[in-house]
Amino acid sequence: MRILIANGRIIDPASGRDKVGNLLVDGERIVALDAEAEARSRADHASRVIDARGLVVAPGLVDLSARLREPGFEYRATLESEMDAAVAGGVTSLACPPDTDPPLDEPGLVDMLRRRAKAQARARVYPVGALTVKLKGEALTEMAELAESGCVAFSQANEPLADTQVLWRALQYAATFGFPVWLRAENAHLARGGVAHDGEVATRLGLPGIPAFAETIALGMLLELVRATGARLHVCRISTAGAVEMLRRAKAEKLPVSCDVGVHHVHMSEMDLGFFDSHCRLIPPLRSTRDRDALRAGLADGTIDCVCSDHTPVDDDAKQTPFGEAEPGATGLELLLPLVLRWAEQEKLPLAKALARITSDPAHVLGIDKGRIAVGASADLVVFDPAAPVRITAEGLKSQGKNSPFLGYELAGQVRCTLVAGNPVYESAAR
Amino acid sequence: MSALPDAEKLCSELAERIRPHLTPNTAMIGLYTGGAWLAERLHALLALPEPLGLMDIAFYRDDYHKQGLHHDPKRTKIPFGVEGRDLLLVDDVLYTGRTVRAAMNELFDYGRPACISLAVLADRGGRQLPICAQHVGAKVEVPAGMRLRMKRSDSGALSLELEVE
Amino acid sequence: MNNPQLTASGALQHLLSVEGLPREILVQILDTAESFCGVTEREVKKVPLLRGKSVFNLFFEPSTRTRTTFEIAAKRLSADVINLNIAASSQTKGESLLDTVANLSAMQADLFIVRHAQAGAPHLIARHVKPHEHVINAGDGRHAHPTQGLLDLYTIRHYKKDFNGLTVAVVGDILHSRVARSLIHGLSILGVPEVRVIGPQTLMPARVEALGVRVFHDMRAGLKDCDVVVMLRLQNERMRGTLLPSAQEFNKHYGLTAEKLALAKSNAIVMHPGPMNRGVEIDSSVADGPHSVILPQVTFGIAVRMAVMSIIAGN
Repeated sequence: MRILIANGRIIDPASGRDKVGNLLVDGERIVALDAEAEARSRADHASRVIDARGLVVAPGLVDLSARLREPGFEYRATLESEMDAAVAGGVTSLACPPDTDPPLDEPGLVDMLRRRAKAQARARVYPVGALTVKLKGEALTEMAELAESGCVAFSQANEPLADTQVLWRALQYAATFGFPVWLRAENAHLARGGVAHDGEVATRLGLPGIPAFAETIALGMLLELVRATGARLHVCRISTAGAVEMLRRAKAEKLPVSCDVGVHHVHMSEMDLGFFDSHCRLIPPLRSTRDRDALRAGLADGTIDCVCSDHTPVDDDAKQTPFGEAEPGATGLELLLPLVLRWAEQEKLPLAKALARITSDPAHVLGIDKGRIAVGASADLVVFDPAAPVRITAEGLKSQGKNSPFLGYELAGQVRCTLVAGNPVYESAAR
Repeated sequence: MSALPDAEKLCSELAERIRPHLTPNTAMIGLYTGGAWLAERLHALLALPEPLGLMDIAFYRDDYHKQGLHHDPKRTKIPFGVEGRDLLLVDDVLYTGRTVRAAMNELFDYGRPACISLAVLADRGGRQLPICAQHVGAKVEVPAGMRLRMKRSDSGALSLELEVE
Repeated sequence: MNNPQLTASGALQHLLSVEGLPREILVQILDTAESFCGVTEREVKKVPLLRGKSVFNLFFEPSTRTRTTFEIAAKRLSADVINLNIAASSQTKGESLLDTVANLSAMQADLFIVRHAQAGAPHLIARHVKPHEHVINAGDGRHAHPTQGLLDLYTIRHYKKDFNGLTVAVVGDILHSRVARSLIHGLSILGVPEVRVIGPQTLMPARVEALGVRVFHDMRAGLKDCDVVVMLRLQNERMRGTLLPSAQEFNKHYGLTAEKLALAKSNAIVMHPGPMNRGVEIDSSVADGPHSVILPQVTFGIAVRMAVMSIIAGN
């Protein structure tokens, strides 16, 4: 199918392009831009035209962490519902962490997930394999086998890897094959029992705390191990000002490290816990406003490579409990774009720069040739109205997870159309 | 508006009306807030030997389920035994009779008095319960929608006033 | 952020925490409690206020003492009291907290008295009860124990008459203490100029000074010139391990002895929420001594709980 996306503001963060023009898709790829696109489409009347006047045309979003809850947690969400949520949010590529049930520690499981996802023909799914068997932090998985079946990286998701010798060996082994390792920086002993940032709010609410140094101590160790092993490390969901500073220095030192932040942590802090709002029970915990501000600054200056949704659908029953017993996580696929736009607006950042953090930069971390607009590139695209209001409601979310601290908020940024490999996989109802 | 009677004058007259009925066994209890002010005066005028009792009927009101708890209930203090006593309840204005009903209920939680009589500065009619005062300063007509209240000035002078309900 | 304890018109709908209570409501509770003290001294210790109301004691965490004081208070208000030891029933069968509450609500409850090991559980329940139902927090995790805080404030006011110019020290396990949090918030609302917390660093929560207190690790320095000394209970399981090496060492440094108490003002009062560990946080000579007001605290506790219940149930 040929599709002409006409008169949209085409933004390609990778090249810095930001100007109104046309874009022609033929089959799975972008085949022409601007004047040539128009000319070629006029010559061929079979083209479908999407009128993008007043809209932004950007590369489809790349999300480094979205839990699809398959296999194992189908009662919380299914591949169908979450893939719907992804494309409704403009996400065309997503990495899913290995904390499924059973965890993604065998090629068969990875294979099945990829095939199931492919059959959906919506967003592209990149499984992240388990670094250790059953994520127990004891024995290494068959990483090379898993990589062959499609794993793009190896991770412990939110499970601890407390034994430093196992951690060291895992990094050595991954480095041997050049596999990236994605880990959260959290000292399991220091975090034990904690449910909130160990600060003023946890003290006031009487919630057991996780100190900020649980993150920086673990990160210090990880960076030391990267120096020792040369492993490529991606640090997931950093949450503290200290970690931002350490990563800034590590990058200056040219260590092979990258990192991301969850989109909720870009906007919220411990203050948002209010009176025990269990929607704010997240991993890592929402930290102080000073930490949040440092994360925003780090994201703006590139110390933090990307923002991810850390999409975690949780059913209502698991949130309607006291804060400490609530299951952590928030739904995020459909909030990623509006929340990044909100950040860009608040920080007065150029749209191209902000979009880079959810397109070209995460694509780079994933090592995939996606997240850019150029002749010959995959036609993974999102067309959105950056100013149109979106009210976040349980009914409005396609995800089966209705758990969001932003429920009731009015954000801006409405996805009109999402293309994956040239297919319009999502189109919003005409307004 | 017709002039209200002078509370100071009524107070002295009321004391004289009560005096012939006093017994050696009489003790006086004033109901917060107006009744307590009045009782302080009557108690002094009549030179009663027993100390004055003061009562707040907030915990016995029958409108709690509608109105909630009265905002600032005072502590009931009855510094004498109630059992077998000739009690003289004092209130400023007698209207529906519900306050007196509540006061009697509370009193019986302190003991079984020999008898209870009631003295009020003003009776404005409008009873909703079979209650009457034995000693009345004056009967006062109150227009509909108005409330009759006793006030006490900074200098301690008593007066009757009408307020919109 | 609207206060979940108050109705739209600012009346007390639930008592979940002392924090955020308007000063007037706090004073109203203390004043009303004073009137109830009169009732509890009478021959007939009962008033008819809550006749026909049902009070459900919902204890997800066992506590005989607090449950009993609420039960006595409710009975003195003529309410019907239903005691539920949930720890031993539904929760272990996997029923969710909100299902349990919905079931009890169907039995026509008016007031829920809730104790739960998790901070915030009473808030959750309060968000889900019907408009005519009320929730009183009887202790949730480390968060709050507002009626204990209020009875502590009542006790202080009773003996010291006024909160202005007082120095109050709270000693011991601040980290795990909901009693300490409730009292500290109350003291700050009522304008106590100096509140001190005394204990080892392992028993202090993060950024505790943000609650408006001065932190002392040296008990002798902390007790100097105090008007009120509040000793906290040290839970058995915390006496040995990573928070403290031993009860003996804790007693040596943070136990209240007559000799340490002598550093406080000569008319200082000593309080303890109970139950006491004699010889650990407090010596018998102090617990039973002339400065101790520990038993009056228990008596006042009933009047304070009567006040809270009668104000809330009437709103």
